[in-house]
Amino acid sequence: MSRRAWVQVACVAITLFMGVPLYLIALAALSSRESLNRFPLPLLPTDPSVETLRTFLDTTGIVPGFVNSLTVGIGTVLLSLLIGVPGGYAVARYAFRGRGPYQMFLLLTRALPIVVLSVPLARIFLNAGLYDTTYAVTLLHTALALPTTVLITAAIFVGVSREQEEAAMVFGASPMKAFLRIVVPQALPGIAAAAMFTFVLSWNEVLGATILTLNQRTLPAQVLTTLSDSPLAYRFAGGFALVLPAVVFIAIMRRYLLNMWGTTLR
Amino acid sequence: MAKRYETPRLSRRTLLGLGIGAVAAPALTACGGVSTSGADGGSGTVNFMSTQFTPVEERQRFEKILADKVTAAKVAYNPVEPSIFASTIQSQVDAKKVQVSIAGGLHGDLAPHGSRLTDLDDLIGDLGDRGFASDLTELAKLGGSTTKYIPWMQATYVVAVNKKALQWLPSGADVQKLTYDQFLSWMVAGRRANGNKPIFGFPAGPKGLYHRFFQGFLLPSFTGGQITTFRSAEAVTGWQYMKELWAQAAPASTNYDNMQEPLQRGEVLVAWDHVARLVNAPGDKPDDWVMVPAPSGPKGLGYMLVVAGLGIPQGAPETDRAKEVIKALTSADVQAEVLKQNAFFPVTSADLPSDLPGAVGLEATAVRGQQGAQNAIASLPPVGLGAKEGEVTQIFKNCFKEICLDGKPIQQVLDRQAGQLNTIFEELKVACWRPDPTGTPCRVA
Amino acid sequence: MARTGRRTPPAAVLLIAPSLIFMTALFMWPLVVGVGQALVGPDGPTTAYLRRMLDDPYFWTAARNTLLLIVVLIPLQFAFAIAMALLLRERPRFAGFHFYIWVIPLAISDLAAGLVWLSVFTDRGYLNSALDMIGIDGYAWLSYQNPVTMFIAVVLAELWRATSLVFVIVVAGMQGIPKDYDEAAEVFGATYWQRVRHVILPQLRPSLQVALILRTILALETFAVAQALTGRNLPLLVGETYQWYSVQLNPNVSAAIALVILAVSMLAAAGYLRLMRDQTETR
Repeated sequence: MSRRAWVQVACVAITLFMGVPLYLIALAALSSRESLNRFPLPLLPTDPSVETLRTFLDTTGIVPGFVNSLTVGIGTVLLSLLIGVPGGYAVARYAFRGRGPYQMFLLLTRALPIVVLSVPLARIFLNAGLYDTTYAVTLLHTALALPTTVLITAAIFVGVSREQEEAAMVFGASPMKAFLRIVVPQALPGIAAAAMFTFVLSWNEVLGATILTLNQRTLPAQVLTTLSDSPLAYRFAGGFALVLPAVVFIAIMRRYLLNMWGTTLR
Repeated sequence: MAKRYETPRLSRRTLLGLGIGAVAAPALTACGGVSTSGADGGSGTVNFMSTQFTPVEERQRFEKILADKVTAAKVAYNPVEPSIFASTIQSQVDAKKVQVSIAGGLHGDLAPHGSRLTDLDDLIGDLGDRGFASDLTELAKLGGSTTKYIPWMQATYVVAVNKKALQWLPSGADVQKLTYDQFLSWMVAGRRANGNKPIFGFPAGPKGLYHRFFQGFLLPSFTGGQITTFRSAEAVTGWQYMKELWAQAAPASTNYDNMQEPLQRGEVLVAWDHVARLVNAPGDKPDDWVMVPAPSGPKGLGYMLVVAGLGIPQGAPETDRAKEVIKALTSADVQAEVLKQNAFFPVTSADLPSDLPGAVGLEATAVRGQQGAQNAIASLPPVGLGAKEGEVTQIFKNCFKEICLDGKPIQQVLDRQAGQLNTIFEELKVACWRPDPTGTPCRVA
Repeated sequence: MARTGRRTPPAAVLLIAPSLIFMTALFMWPLVVGVGQALVGPDGPTTAYLRRMLDDPYFWTAARNTLLLIVVLIPLQFAFAIAMALLLRERPRFAGFHFYIWVIPLAISDLAAGLVWLSVFTDRGYLNSALDMIGIDGYAWLSYQNPVTMFIAVVLAELWRATSLVFVIVVAGMQGIPKDYDEAAEVFGATYWQRVRHVILPQLRPSLQVALILRTILALETFAVAQALTGRNLPLLVGETYQWYSVQLNPNVSAAIALVILAVSMLAAAGYLRLMRDQTETR
């Protein structure tokens, strides 16, 4: 076989490995409860049913939870880019003292299982009067996402040509303008990657959202905790329903991620 | 260093999109979020946080009961995991910014928060006509002198049997009055007849309640106690029995959190579990199933009670409305409805309704048989252990892991774990609870 | 890029200040309180909680499993992710479609991922169903009696779930590599593997190191997949933290285990950062 053929075969094999579980979760979510009890399990959608999905979507607070999750997710992406991108740029461009410690400090929050911080974290937000608001969850998710944002954008900024940026400034652009016009477009894949991780993290985060809210829950906080005790069929339905919005978000960000490979990858 | 690719630009549309996003997000959050609990949490609403009815269908049914039968106030029902329950009560009461008006949970969920709950002596006085059993009202004092919660519901554990398994019952055995030895021979015979596939399942998954089997069923039946007799010769016999029973259990049992699903799938035919975790096993075929009391051992039929209660955190808002809601929840009508819908039994003295749906009816029979047995040995939830209950429970789980899974010598395991137990009890200095002799300071003999 | 850095330092300080202030305001006090729980009891500083942690029958198994999982998983994952990125660089047909499918697992929470793979490997799951249809008897992949298949199942599931993260970082980094370098090397007769080894991988170093740091720390933090598949038969350290916190209700011992995880994560991150610094200086 030719080299190109091998490349095709390998791509199809990986797509199967990545895709089959996705197929299975969709299959299970769209199966009736009875057919999930059978053995052997049907591998094709012989008996499609939206019964479990519908019951799941009837749970109190699904729609408000969806809205809250979306606002928290978008808010987190914007806030973490706003705070994190300058940090990433600094790490990539300046060999300042304390660069290592700065990165380590950011990582601290991700390195400690936050369950042990449940009570003090809740108290901070209670005292600040932000408990049970989406602001609280946005702030916490931003803190959790910052290390990813800073480190990933830093890795990308390192590869962005500094000469072009300096050239722009020679021709009279302000540093801010040079950054926005020259650096940001070239770093777009990294920024898109960071945004993707951030949104997905926020979309799927359960624990923090559960300890900081009571009535204004995000979608996973509203359903995922209770889902784990539910019958298997509902867990599939819920898992499937939660994946969909994140998949759409990835589809949008994908374009920016593949920015520089031009038009062939669409 | 010329690069081949063009320097891409942010298109106008992209910038516009980002701009809209940036404006829209804060606008949407302007009120700090949208209510997900069906109530805005504003004045007049009672925030009800609970560790019960977390599964999606049970929750929907309970919310319906609240909406239909509890008219005193609008109730926002928030089911959470026990750890979230604990940290929420702790952080809110300690910060003196309480938003939860009713905290509903198992005795063990409420017990660590005795000092954070309002005294409810006046309320339980008003509810004299409910006829709470004195065992329950005593438990509700959490070892102190004042009432800390109002009994809400109770439950226990029984054995669910698919009628297919009855054919292998040893001759002369009555499925309603089994001994542990008969039960074991039954499981052995069933496995042999079933193509060597085990018919017995055990909820030993990470969220399974298997420890309650050792604490409230196996050990009391074999030793007559739970803590004091922890490393006695009878306890060794009991664990030896457990080892033999475990050899007949489906190996997938270490992944079972509740037994109704493997039973419904037909993976196993016989299983012991909490009534609320068995109720869906029969599905729409209650005629194919029986529910029976747990077996009896040398000392009697040990069984354990599960008690749930309703407390009011100190400094809670809307306490008057919360009390009205609690009154409604303990009314005979609501208690019967909860049993019918969600398989938790009433705590009041009212008679059980006669029109119980299939599986709940089966369970009610088994529960009556268990509690009314001549040789019954009831275990109550521990009093005074507070937050240490989790660790005491873990010791029973560790015994199971080391004896049944790792195959370590029983007496050695029990001796070492008894040391851990006594460390905890020396620190706490609490009295024993039933079935151990009450009144004396608790420790392993 | 010979003159890395040494502009006016205040600019850097200005740039990192927002993130520093934000993190300090939000996390400093909780961190002190949280970590303090491990070391301070009601009667002052104590090592009782650390000792209790070491006495626990699950602790050492969990430590061993965590280490084993990371040592096996991370090299596999990086090899896989780099191979995926290189394949995509060859511009195969339907590259956009392949890329999309390869990235989607990123969107799937670890809870859902555990659920999917449980439905594959469980006794009456999809794998045994497929085997059954071709006439082979099923196998108890996840039974505590078969620790090897149990471990392999967890590795496969984690490979599926978390390789996308590495892949996306590598793809983003790979786009910064000018094609000229690669083409120049080809003109001089370098084989494909030589180009990968000497041209592409060195250029990817910053991205790979970031991916390594993040992936290692996140691997130390996730346990939902292992828990879904194996219950507590394959305990992991972070799972023990949750276990002690939410089941045994002992935040002190829980914080002690969390401290161990924190220490391991920080050591790993410091190690990787050291590598990164070496690289910047040799540029």
